[in-house]
Amino acid sequence: MSRGGATAITSTNQDDAGLEAIFCAEAISKIYTMGEVKVHALRGVDLELYGGELVVLLGASGSGKSTLLNILGGLDVPTSGSVRYRDHELSQYGQRELTRYRLDHVGFIFQFYNLIPSLTARENVALVTEISKNPMTPEDALALVDMQDRLDHFPAQLSGGEQQRVAVARAIAKRPEVLLCDEPTGALDVATGITVLEAIGKVNSEIGTTTVVITHNAVIGGMADRIITLADGSIVDVQRNDRKLQAHELVW
Amino acid sequence: MIIASGVGVMVMGLSALEALEETTQAYYERYRFADVFAGVNRAPEGVVRQLAEISGVSSVETRINKLAMLDIADFDQPVIAQLVSIPERSEPLLNRLVLREGRFVAPGAPDEVVLNEPFAIAHELSPGDQLHAIVNGKRRRLDIVGVALSPEFVYALGPGSLMPDDLRYGIVWMGRDALAAAYDLAGAFNFVSLALLPGTQPNAVIESVDNLLSPYGGESAVARENQLSNWFLMNELDQVRTFSRILPSIFLIVAAFLTNMVLARLIAIERAEIGLLKSFGYSNFQIAWHYAKLVIAMSLVGIVLGWMIGAGLGRYNTMTYANMFHFPLLIFRPNPMVFVLAGLISLIAALIGCLGAVAKAVRLPPAEAMRPPEPAQYKQGLLTRLRVVRALDQSSRIVLRQLTRRPWRSAFTSLGVAFSVAVMVMALQWLDSIETMVDVYFNDAQRQDAMIALNQPQPSRVVNDFLHLPGVLAAEPLRWVGADFHVGSRMHRGAIQAVTPDAGLQLVYDVRGHSIRVPPDGLVIGTELAKKLDVSIGDMVWVKIRDGRRPEVQLPVIELVETYIDLPAYMDLAALNRLLRESPRTDMVNVLIDHARTDEFYSELKQMPRVSAVMFRQSAINNFRDTMAETIVIFVNFFGAFAAALGFGVVYNSARITLSERGRELASLRVLGFSRAAISYILLAEVGLLILLALPLGCLIGWSLAWFIVKTSFENELFRLPLVIYPSSYGIAICITLLATVVSAVLVRRRLDRLDLIAVLKTRE
Repeated sequence: MSRGGATAITSTNQDDAGLEAIFCAEAISKIYTMGEVKVHALRGVDLELYGGELVVLLGASGSGKSTLLNILGGLDVPTSGSVRYRDHELSQYGQRELTRYRLDHVGFIFQFYNLIPSLTARENVALVTEISKNPMTPEDALALVDMQDRLDHFPAQLSGGEQQRVAVARAIAKRPEVLLCDEPTGALDVATGITVLEAIGKVNSEIGTTTVVITHNAVIGGMADRIITLADGSIVDVQRNDRKLQAHELVW
Repeated sequence: MIIASGVGVMVMGLSALEALEETTQAYYERYRFADVFAGVNRAPEGVVRQLAEISGVSSVETRINKLAMLDIADFDQPVIAQLVSIPERSEPLLNRLVLREGRFVAPGAPDEVVLNEPFAIAHELSPGDQLHAIVNGKRRRLDIVGVALSPEFVYALGPGSLMPDDLRYGIVWMGRDALAAAYDLAGAFNFVSLALLPGTQPNAVIESVDNLLSPYGGESAVARENQLSNWFLMNELDQVRTFSRILPSIFLIVAAFLTNMVLARLIAIERAEIGLLKSFGYSNFQIAWHYAKLVIAMSLVGIVLGWMIGAGLGRYNTMTYANMFHFPLLIFRPNPMVFVLAGLISLIAALIGCLGAVAKAVRLPPAEAMRPPEPAQYKQGLLTRLRVVRALDQSSRIVLRQLTRRPWRSAFTSLGVAFSVAVMVMALQWLDSIETMVDVYFNDAQRQDAMIALNQPQPSRVVNDFLHLPGVLAAEPLRWVGADFHVGSRMHRGAIQAVTPDAGLQLVYDVRGHSIRVPPDGLVIGTELAKKLDVSIGDMVWVKIRDGRRPEVQLPVIELVETYIDLPAYMDLAALNRLLRESPRTDMVNVLIDHARTDEFYSELKQMPRVSAVMFRQSAINNFRDTMAETIVIFVNFFGAFAAALGFGVVYNSARITLSERGRELASLRVLGFSRAAISYILLAEVGLLILLALPLGCLIGWSLAWFIVKTSFENELFRLPLVIYPSSYGIAICITLLATVVSAVLVRRRLDRLDLIAVLKTRE
């Protein structure tokens, strides 16, 4: 079915449940030049994301899912095609506007946490709340991911899962409309991975943040509203879950 | 590159010094610079045989030395010439001339002269030109037939000058017969040079020479080390020595530290590869050796580059000096040991840096080494608990924690920058000190426009003759007699300046800012002389005056005076005349001149037969400044460039290393929505804070370095450089360092702007 599915969801700005499409990507391509080789990371992808939904992007390494996420997050611009976030035409933006866009609207979570080692958990979150317009307090954000007891610990004093939960708190403390997670459990074992996914799920359901999670672990798809599968730079499959699982129900 | 500059500076400093020393030695040997020199009033040629019989003496040569005033067309001021006789029929035995142009004087041509090269160049004179001189009161026309250099006059210092003045003082070589005829010294001499057999101590010889010559008015012999020109040259070399030790040491230490830091970082990045190699079964030793080889290869490139830079700069430096001293030859054969030493030090510094990092990497089990490093350890330090710090934003906290986490590196970076400031302060301090010295010596103590030396002591009424010269507003007598000072076994050979109590043109001036009235019944001596003789106010000094009837008397020290220049001793002119049992006499006249009528004064003065020398205060000041400009300003500029390079190197490299270590962190911040300026702040504020600490520290170190150098190399009998640093010097040093810092900050900022967010986040470290 591949292409058909992708076309089906871009045909309208309102999905059947009446949700508003906040992201609208049209025919985006990304070509990297590595030495003399040209790598087509994305080949004309069309995609819409709706307010409050949790989308899991599945795909093997090199399928283009990270590139797509980077473009949505304003870390990269497409070679061709257009990406619109509400009334922001991201594909036309320069560095300064992209920085502004990231600051105001997007929260990021990475595989390797990327916490600032010289700051405590609370300070890592404060780093973002200090420069955002309408943030939660760092304490509230950390409480949301069950880290209220480890406010003054430095990253080196936290386990991997704890560090990633601080990263989640840092990402959502500014109340972003979009939360983009690149392999958030990639460096974690199953049990800690689940605690992180629980935190992400909680943010999605309680604050209504539109969330995109990249993974190559298909099981995680169970907690998504939609599962989009990429292969070789194209969307090959879109599935909708009738019943979203809770993170602790996932088994792998 | 860092290694190259460290090695370069070291090779440059040491090779230049060595080359200068070797060149001087070779020049002295090749042109047979004598070992002992003695002046005498008039001694018969027959004494030569006795002189030659003194044990240890290998050869003796006598000659005639006289001062004369020259009149050079197109130069309105009078010029003083040191007339020196040379044999007409052969080359001199000792103190041979290096003929640069033309020929030596011919027998039977009494008007032929050879000029010393700097003087000829200053006046654009060459063989074929003529000049006029007042030789023993008679005006004569002299024909220039040659231009030459002599090891005896590397520094040609006129009477009473502190600096060579090639415009107003020159060496003029004339035939022995011609000079003997002019001064009625046929069959006699008034100067003798002696060469000694190798290994002979000059002191015993000097004593014998003094004994032999004293009946003929001997002025006491001096060894080569006290010969004026050589003394200045050696003093200059001492200064070069001080600097070629201090500078390269600082630079090499900093370079070693930077190399260490850069390599340690390089290997930290490769820890995954080290883990991989270990998983293949490589032993720790093999891995360490592998990286050692890498570092050796990298260092070798730097070392060879440094050798080339150093040898090139060393040669250039030597040439600059050789030109300044007018060396006719130049030996630049750098000692291979210098190269080896500089190379070894750099290599060891690099290896230590590399092995430290390798050791850290190999200690890890392979699997762990291949994983990204744990987040760095931080603690809630004392500093961060302070209220001020709590009020800071997170970016500033990052900066503070980063600094306190690596206190050693922070300290060293700060120290590196501080040294850059310090070197600058030290260099500028010279200018300040010399300016102060000039100010005190020429402006506070001396009020006369010219000091006129007479060819022999004249009755004091001669002052009136000068008072009647056109343009002369005031004239005061001054007498200068050679004297030996004895206290117990301590002895100083110097001179007494005898002044009138109401003298207003030349003051007995204490550098602490007041002038002293010379009492009628004793001595006023410089504090340095008092130290040398170990006397204080009220003590008695035996004074042996080497003039007139040569009286020996005991005089009390009435007052001490602090001076920067010379070891002066003053007494009352009338008292001196009484001691000499002479009617009031003077041999110098200080004059104050109406500046509108100087030309008239000069042309009258040039015709006066009794005048043997004239020193003009203003030209002395100008000349002093010019000479300083030639030598010290070059050095100061060199130091400035060096200090800036040092500051730049330290700041740039430490910022680069920080950037490499924390690129990932900074990229994360960019992703979180921090602007470029915001992350630049984090990186550069860290460096900035260190620099802020470094600036006052640098000023302090600079002051200490200056103190050290002033005390060790600029404190001698001739002058004592005061330790003076103007606030502006600190300012300039700070500005130059800040400028270097800003340049490196801009460069790092540009790298920061190009930070590839995605790439940085994808790679693990």
